[in-house]
Amino acid sequence: MRVLRQVRVVYLKELIDILRDRRALISMIVVPLVVIPLLMFGLGALSFVVMEQARQEQHRVIVIDGEDSPGVLDKLGALQGITVVPDSGDAIDRVLRRDVRAAVRIPDGFEAAVEEERSTGEVTLYTFEGDVKSSLAAQVLREFFRELRDDVVERRLTDRDLAADLLEPFTVETRNVAPPEKVTGSALGGVIPYIIILLCVTGAMYPAMDLTAGEKERGTMETILSSPVSRLALVLGKYLVVVTASVATALLAVGSLGVALVFGFSLLENGAGDGEALLALDPLSLVAVFFLLIPVACLFSAALLALSVFARSFKEAQTYVSPLLLLAILPAIAATLPGVELNSTLLWAPVLNIALVSKEMMIGSYDWGAIGLVFATTSLYAALALAVAVRLFYRESVLFRS
Amino acid sequence: MVEVSGISKSFSDRKRGLFHAVDDVSFRCEEGRIYGLLGGNGAGKTTTLRMLATLLKPTRGRASVDGFDVASAPEAVRARVGFLSGGTALYGRLTAREMVEYFGRLHGLRGADLARRADALFENLEARDFQDRRCDNLSTGMKQKVSIARTLIHDPPVMIFDEPTSGLDVLTARAVLGFIRECRERGKTVIFSTHIMREAEKLCDNVGVIHRGRLVDEGSLAELYERHGESDLEEVFVKLVTREEVA
Repeated sequence: MRVLRQVRVVYLKELIDILRDRRALISMIVVPLVVIPLLMFGLGALSFVVMEQARQEQHRVIVIDGEDSPGVLDKLGALQGITVVPDSGDAIDRVLRRDVRAAVRIPDGFEAAVEEERSTGEVTLYTFEGDVKSSLAAQVLREFFRELRDDVVERRLTDRDLAADLLEPFTVETRNVAPPEKVTGSALGGVIPYIIILLCVTGAMYPAMDLTAGEKERGTMETILSSPVSRLALVLGKYLVVVTASVATALLAVGSLGVALVFGFSLLENGAGDGEALLALDPLSLVAVFFLLIPVACLFSAALLALSVFARSFKEAQTYVSPLLLLAILPAIAATLPGVELNSTLLWAPVLNIALVSKEMMIGSYDWGAIGLVFATTSLYAALALAVAVRLFYRESVLFRS
Repeated sequence: MVEVSGISKSFSDRKRGLFHAVDDVSFRCEEGRIYGLLGGNGAGKTTTLRMLATLLKPTRGRASVDGFDVASAPEAVRARVGFLSGGTALYGRLTAREMVEYFGRLHGLRGADLARRADALFENLEARDFQDRRCDNLSTGMKQKVSIARTLIHDPPVMIFDEPTSGLDVLTARAVLGFIRECRERGKTVIFSTHIMREAEKLCDNVGVIHRGRLVDEGSLAELYERHGESDLEEVFVKLVTREEVA
């Protein structure tokens, strides 16, 4: 009972202490609220705008030869999306220098061969693979020649009084049966747990270091240890503040992501059209995922606390903690990869298991057995890490390292 | 009442190997008395006092504060001790008042009781004017007053001061010494370490000289003067320390 009261006293004091620290506020509030949505949607919007611009641009293209096929040349000159520039004999070189985006070689006597139903020889496209504008130009050219070929085929069929669909006995069509929220879920399913995991770590990092190594550095560790507070109550109070920071940061991130989703997609919708489908994210699964991530926050907080109590100074703590950041993010990234799915081994992998279960939940499939197991294992890992942190607080060689 | 019998503290350290910071130290201090622990830098004063404040566990020997053993009842000991040292800084982001009240709460005080005690302390230490300022923004002297208020909030029977005047200007140092004297007048047991002989001469009832972790001599000032044929504590101290160096 006395310990609980002390935990509460320590918790309230440390919370005030942290909330008065500008650096802590930046890591807890500014990062999730501003940086994350900006990163996600800023990058998304930017690439969208750039793509749109590239699409609307007139790409410079060279036509090599083809002087004896004026009909084709005329049609190419009138095409939307490309501008034909005169060939000066170094067309391929200019594609390579990206002076023009693509070149197309029309074989000699192309039109005549088509008319006479002889083999025309091959039309060759020269592109710079990997360059978006080059592939856009090539796409325009490819589309043009495909249509030209279809026209020729159709004309030849009608000339012979054959049905136009002779060469197309059946068609194949794909229809999406997944409801919109599942489409969004699988598109964002890997990413959202990843972001929450990332922010659980970054949110816990600063307070964990400040409340342990920072306290040593500022000389208040000896003050607090000389008070009658039990070491257990002291660690638990500090630990709960770190968990609070971690959860608050993740919560703010989810909130700001939600807002950004609505605004971001309503913006894109005006241009893209398929925004509506993307907007449909099941809010309930978001809440469920968030709750599942609380033990992860507990795990990170304990690990960070144990690592940084060992350090003598804030700087030293940072060098211990940054590898942990990588360790936490790697499994979260692995879970976003397609094909990485939950199995009986991965169920035990810390962080990865949570990320994978979250991914499933985002597309609305709830495997309660797996969810329960993952929740339990993560809580177990968190408890172990906390036990280590508490033990370290009882070691004077750790507290008075000099 | 503080009783120390044969406490030792060893650290193992990569550079020095096993290192005896405090070696078989014994002394006692009654209520209403001031015991001064004299020694140079690294003599073992701080380690001894840290063991009394239960921050460190003795490797060997026993020490008790008001009848409570430092090793087996550390929390009871801490509840009866006010500990002030160069290493006990203030929480810079708390106000002076919050700092003192935080420690009051950890001592189990609350509500009107806590407010009354804090009021009295700030009044007494003439610290009312800056009680709502953040500790980071206080001068060294103000900080020392807040630290004193922090050690006194639970009205402990035993006070432990580790070099309480180091880094303070003359006036503030005087005020701190006056305050230590006041503790004695109120019947508290005071243990006080310093390397400034004049402070010890002015304040202490009993003095122990510690050198390289060992208590080389102790007694009242008069006893020490007589034993070493000197009338000045500094001379006594130098004699004791150089004798040890030769031996």
